[in-house]
Amino acid sequence: MNEPLFSLKNRWFTISVAAVVIMAAIAAAIGFLWLPRAHARDAMASIWESICSAAGAPARYRSPDQPDEKAIYPTSVIVSSEFTGPVDNVAVGRGATLALQCSMCHGARGTASAGTNAPHLAGQPPSSTYKQLRDFKSGHRPSAVMQPLATNLSDQDMRDLAAFYSQQQRETLVGHAGVRVDVPRIASNGSPMRNVGACATCHSPGVARMATPIIDGLPAAYIVDQLKAFKSGRRANDINQQMRNAAHALTDQEIDVLAKYYASR
Amino acid sequence: VFSKDSRQLVLAHFWVAFAAFFAALLLGEWQMVIRSPLIDWIGNPELYYRSVTAHGSAMGYVFPTLVAMGFGYAIVELALKQPLAGKRWAWIGLILVVLGTVVAMIPVSLGKASVLYTFYPPLIAHWAYYIGIVLVVVGSWIWVALMSVNLRVWKKAHPGEAVPLPMFANLAGAYLWAWTSVGAAVEILFLILPVALGFKSTIDAGLSRVFFSWTLHAIVYFWLMPAYIAFYTLVPRAIGGRLYSDVMGRISFVLFLVFSMPIGIHHLFQDPQVGAGVKFLHAVFTAMVSVPTLLTVFTITASVEIAGRLRGGTGALGWVKALPWHNPMMLAVAFSFILLGFGGAGGLINMSYQLDFAVHNTQWITGHFHLIFAGAIVIMYFAVAYDLWPHLTGRALLQGGMMKAQLWLWFTGMIILTFPWHVVGVMGMPRRMAYFDYTNPEIAPQAITVILSAIGGLLLVISGLLFLLVLLRGHRGSLVELPEFRFSQPVHAVARVPVALNGYALWLALMIGLSLVNYGYPIAQLVALKQTSVPAVPIGGTP
Repeated sequence: MNEPLFSLKNRWFTISVAAVVIMAAIAAAIGFLWLPRAHARDAMASIWESICSAAGAPARYRSPDQPDEKAIYPTSVIVSSEFTGPVDNVAVGRGATLALQCSMCHGARGTASAGTNAPHLAGQPPSSTYKQLRDFKSGHRPSAVMQPLATNLSDQDMRDLAAFYSQQQRETLVGHAGVRVDVPRIASNGSPMRNVGACATCHSPGVARMATPIIDGLPAAYIVDQLKAFKSGRRANDINQQMRNAAHALTDQEIDVLAKYYASR
Repeated sequence: VFSKDSRQLVLAHFWVAFAAFFAALLLGEWQMVIRSPLIDWIGNPELYYRSVTAHGSAMGYVFPTLVAMGFGYAIVELALKQPLAGKRWAWIGLILVVLGTVVAMIPVSLGKASVLYTFYPPLIAHWAYYIGIVLVVVGSWIWVALMSVNLRVWKKAHPGEAVPLPMFANLAGAYLWAWTSVGAAVEILFLILPVALGFKSTIDAGLSRVFFSWTLHAIVYFWLMPAYIAFYTLVPRAIGGRLYSDVMGRISFVLFLVFSMPIGIHHLFQDPQVGAGVKFLHAVFTAMVSVPTLLTVFTITASVEIAGRLRGGTGALGWVKALPWHNPMMLAVAFSFILLGFGGAGGLINMSYQLDFAVHNTQWITGHFHLIFAGAIVIMYFAVAYDLWPHLTGRALLQGGMMKAQLWLWFTGMIILTFPWHVVGVMGMPRRMAYFDYTNPEIAPQAITVILSAIGGLLLVISGLLFLLVLLRGHRGSLVELPEFRFSQPVHAVARVPVALNGYALWLALMIGLSLVNYGYPIAQLVALKQTSVPAVPIGGTP
């Protein structure tokens, strides 16, 4: 009765404390190391990461297949409803003048001639053209060709250019018309099990989403190049990683099918 | 030894407890009936949630707390055989509990506090509701202090002696309650009241829920303690047997103390603010709580077997037939174990991270805790009251038939109430529904289960009424000269126990240490996180 309780000689003390400590250690090892790594497989880069995730420490969501965000924001453009207003004819006129320096690649009226592989700009929503010009200028979308050209454009220049191209009609290129390509499932339905949304959800002429280009009729080589750039993270100016999320699970074959389909439209 | 003023103190606790219990019981049955297809829908879901809040607060906070307090005071005089020290404080504690109950129930009945007894931030009730709950808890803390003081007095007078098992177990309940009530107290004082009083308009709901989970599970073990004390120290004596092992009892109670505390996050398995690893840790220790429960089931069954064999029962199962089935205590412990078996099996399902997904927030959960608390635990409260009553009133309690009918009704009623809940819970019926649209073809087939539960509830109301009648008649029985009150004797008389099992220092240290390990990070992280508060939702307009 008089033996000291908190003493290494007291077996009640040593055994009970050791049992609780061992139990907690084993449970923690399973809960914080084994289970998170078993569940997310290669998603966890380090043991420390799996511990943090199991403890519930808030972290930015990152898909294991995607590289880190290079800049804090993928773009500096804030898309707003001002682009949905009525057409300003004066702006279109100014844009027509500025567009003279673009005609080498993008065609006189916004449709690139066959073989240049430059995207057509005719009929694109103004918010889309404007956003890309801004991103070229700021470096959010790297391009050896476009970056120097955009550097000297003022914000108003970019708005004018966007207004001009939105008013042009896309010309159907010889050789494209009449080729029928079946709608790929991934364009109409996506691939829900791989977390790929349907392309048509955003990229349909009737959807008219802000800063979303119409991709019908874009050169196939251009589409392939952009999807691969999104997939690898080389291009990262998509807001909320929308395109990177969609593209990272696509196979090369799917990219080819999609490019052929959209080029044929 | 049992002095007259102590007896009055215990009787006062029990009567307030049983009055609150019966009022809450009626509300519970009303809830069952109005949402069944038996009568027209009341038209206002708010009335239902008012009733649920009152039912839960009275059954969860007031009734078991007062039973534990009253039983604890009785144990001091009956087991330690010394006058209760601090009687005046004990009365102050009771007054605080009663005052708190009234203060809390006023806003509830006015419809300004329909937050259910688990508070559910960002719902915010009228401040008086929380103040009332705080008063109830503070009143019970006085009891905790008095239990500790009385044991100290006894130890001073009996140096080196083994603390009697009833008092040892009683202290386990007291210390467990003291530590587990801290969670809800912190939640109310630092997170909810500033909003309820109008100093803030947002509340960190995630952090509040973590603090409540601190209280929410171990509170059940606090409710359980009087029942377990009765298992170990009243049942064997009442049925003419002996306690199989005194040391096993002590080990069970200290294990409850250590393991019932750091496990509350299993109530938050579906909450996003706690990490999966922390949830796993809590699931593991939740599983550990089954150890003292199974130890108890083993020890008490062995003790009951001793009684059966002493009464001439032989063979593998012959001793079961020889048991004194006419004895209400025998009946109560058998019913309690059956209900505990079903409830415990359901609890093991809830404890599992994956299985819990299927039953989370369904009627299954309601079924589970009614089986455990309203079934296994409350039926032992009845038995405790029947056992103590003659010693409290000094009068004979002779309504044996009525007692047995009452226990049978409670047992049957509880099964009929909760089994349909389990079934529809698995089918996905959400809990806390004020209304079911029985014209919906998907819901119509479940109507029968709601009717069954209402019938089970009716049996419980009749049983509750019988219980009060038996006790009331006990006050008018003939005066009797009773032999000295005895607790169960163990098979092997206890001369000395290891120092670890004669005090709580080691077990309290483990309880607190394990709580910090299992709760430290989630709480620290949520406290440190910025911008986690959401706008509060006041009930019944701005207070």
